[in-house]
Amino acid sequence: MQPKIVTLYVNGHTHQVALAPNVTLLQALRDLGYTDVKNGCEKGDCGACAVLLNGQPVNSCLVLAWQAERAEIVTDAGLGTIDHPHPLQEAFADAGAVQCGYCTPGFIIAAKALLDRVPHPTEDQIREALSGNLCRCTGYGQIVEAVQMAAEKISRNQVFPKNLVSEVDSPPRGVP
Amino acid sequence: MLPEFELLMPHTLPEALDMLAQGGPDVVPLAGGTALLVDMRGGHLHHLPESAGEYTREPFGKVKCLMDVSHLAASSEPFGKVECRREDGHVAVGGGVAIAELVDSPLVARYGPVLGQAARRFANPLVRNRATLGGNLAYASPAADTAPPLLVLGAEVELASAAGTRRVSLEDFLLGVHQTARRPDELLTAVRWPVPAPQAAGAYRKLALRQATAVSVVSVAVMVELSHLPESSQSFGKVECRQARIALGAVAPRPIRAHAAEEVLRGQPLTPEAIAEAARLAVEATCCIDDLRGSAAYRQRVTEVLVRRALTDVATFPPSRKLGSFREGNS
Repeated sequence: MQPKIVTLYVNGHTHQVALAPNVTLLQALRDLGYTDVKNGCEKGDCGACAVLLNGQPVNSCLVLAWQAERAEIVTDAGLGTIDHPHPLQEAFADAGAVQCGYCTPGFIIAAKALLDRVPHPTEDQIREALSGNLCRCTGYGQIVEAVQMAAEKISRNQVFPKNLVSEVDSPPRGVP
Repeated sequence: MLPEFELLMPHTLPEALDMLAQGGPDVVPLAGGTALLVDMRGGHLHHLPESAGEYTREPFGKVKCLMDVSHLAASSEPFGKVECRREDGHVAVGGGVAIAELVDSPLVARYGPVLGQAARRFANPLVRNRATLGGNLAYASPAADTAPPLLVLGAEVELASAAGTRRVSLEDFLLGVHQTARRPDELLTAVRWPVPAPQAAGAYRKLALRQATAVSVVSVAVMVELSHLPESSQSFGKVECRQARIALGAVAPRPIRAHAAEEVLRGQPLTPEAIAEAARLAVEATCCIDDLRGSAAYRQRVTEVLVRRALTDVATFPPSRKLGSFREGNS
C-alpha cells in the first residue's frame, strides 16, 4: 500500500500531500486543518462530513482522497469568513439553528447546494435536500427557517457572489 | 478506519477492463463507495463469487485491491450517460450514472418513471450524488432500490470485459445476496430496457423505517400494460390489464418477480378483487427472513399491502400524476 502525492483543491487553495489509498477525503481534509468537516458516523447516514465535490454535496467519509484528486472541493469554511459570513452561515446563527454545532457545517453545505439549484425552495424541498443530514439536538425547525431566511436574503441582495471562495485568501488554521 | 488495500486508478474504460483481466477476482470495482466502503470499515465484505452461480461467501480479508471507476463516468461517454437509442427501441443508462441523475433525467421520467420514483426514495441526497446505478445492481443487495423497477421494465445489463460485451437479463444477473452473474473480469457498463408501450403504467412503493437514509423493509414495483390509461379514480375497475409485471425487493435473497401474481391479472379488468388476489399470490413468491428491520411475518403482510397499493396506483391514476414528493409518505 504505497502512498502517492495527491493534489487537492480545497476552498481555493492547492495542497499536495502524500496519502495512502485507504485515506478518505474526510481524513485528508481534517489533517490539512479543515476541521470544519466533521467526522460523524462514517457510514453516509449523518452528513456531518458533507463537502461540495465539483459543486455536488457528498459525504467525504465515503470518498477516497485519491478519488477527489483535482476535483474542486468546498467546505463550510470556504463559503465565508467571520467578517464576511455567507448568508446561510449568518442565517443559521440568527435563526438559532445551531445548538452544539457539530452538524452545522454539513447542513450548510447541503443547503448551499440546494440554493444553487433552487433559489426559492419550498419547505418540502428544503426538508428533502437536508434529509441526508442529522441533527441530534432536534433543531430541524430552526434549520429549515434559517435556509428560508438565507434564500430571501440572497434574492434580496443579488450582488452577493455565488461562491466566496475566491475572496478567501488567508490559509485555514493548521495548514503547514 | 479503512483496512489496507491497493487502489487502481484507470483513466479509460479499456484500461479498466485490462486491469480487471489481469487482476482477476482480486480486483473489486469501486464506484460511489456508499455501500462497499461502509462494509469494508465494518470488515465484513461478503462479495466476489469464484464463479457465477456459486453461493460461496468470501471473507473480506481476500479483497486486496479496489479499482476506482468513479472517474470513468466523466471520461467515458456511454458509461456516464443516460440515452435513448431510438433505433433499437431501447433506453440505455450507463453503469456509472449517479442515482441523483436518475431523479432528474427527462429520459427516465418519460421512459421509466417507475425507476425515477425508486431513485427518489434511494438513501438520501448526499448518497445519491455518489452512488451509481451499476454499483447498486452489482453490489446485489436483496433490498437494492433500483432492482425492482428495472425488473418490471424488463431490463438487461451490459457486462464488458477485455474480450467483449455480453448482455444478461437483470433477472438472470441477480443470483443471491451479493451474488451476481458478473465474472471477475467484467464491469457492469450499462443497463438497458425496451421503451415501454404507450399504454403501460408503473408504480413503486417502498416501506422503510424512516423517510430518508433507510433500507427497504419491503419494496414493490409494478408495470402494467393497460387497455387504456385511466383518466381518474372514477375509472377504477374499468381498465383491463393486458400484461403485468410485479417485482419485490427485500423479501428474498435477491429481488424477484412474482410470476403467479402477474399471470392472474393477464387479460383481467383491474378491479379491487383482482388486485387483492394478485397481492395475495405475490406473497407466495416471497421467502422472507427476520432481521433488525422487521420479522418475516411482517414482511409478508407488508408485501400484500404494497402490491395492492402499487396496482391500485396504476389502475386509478393517470401516469402523468406527479409522484415522488417528499411528503408523499412512507410506502
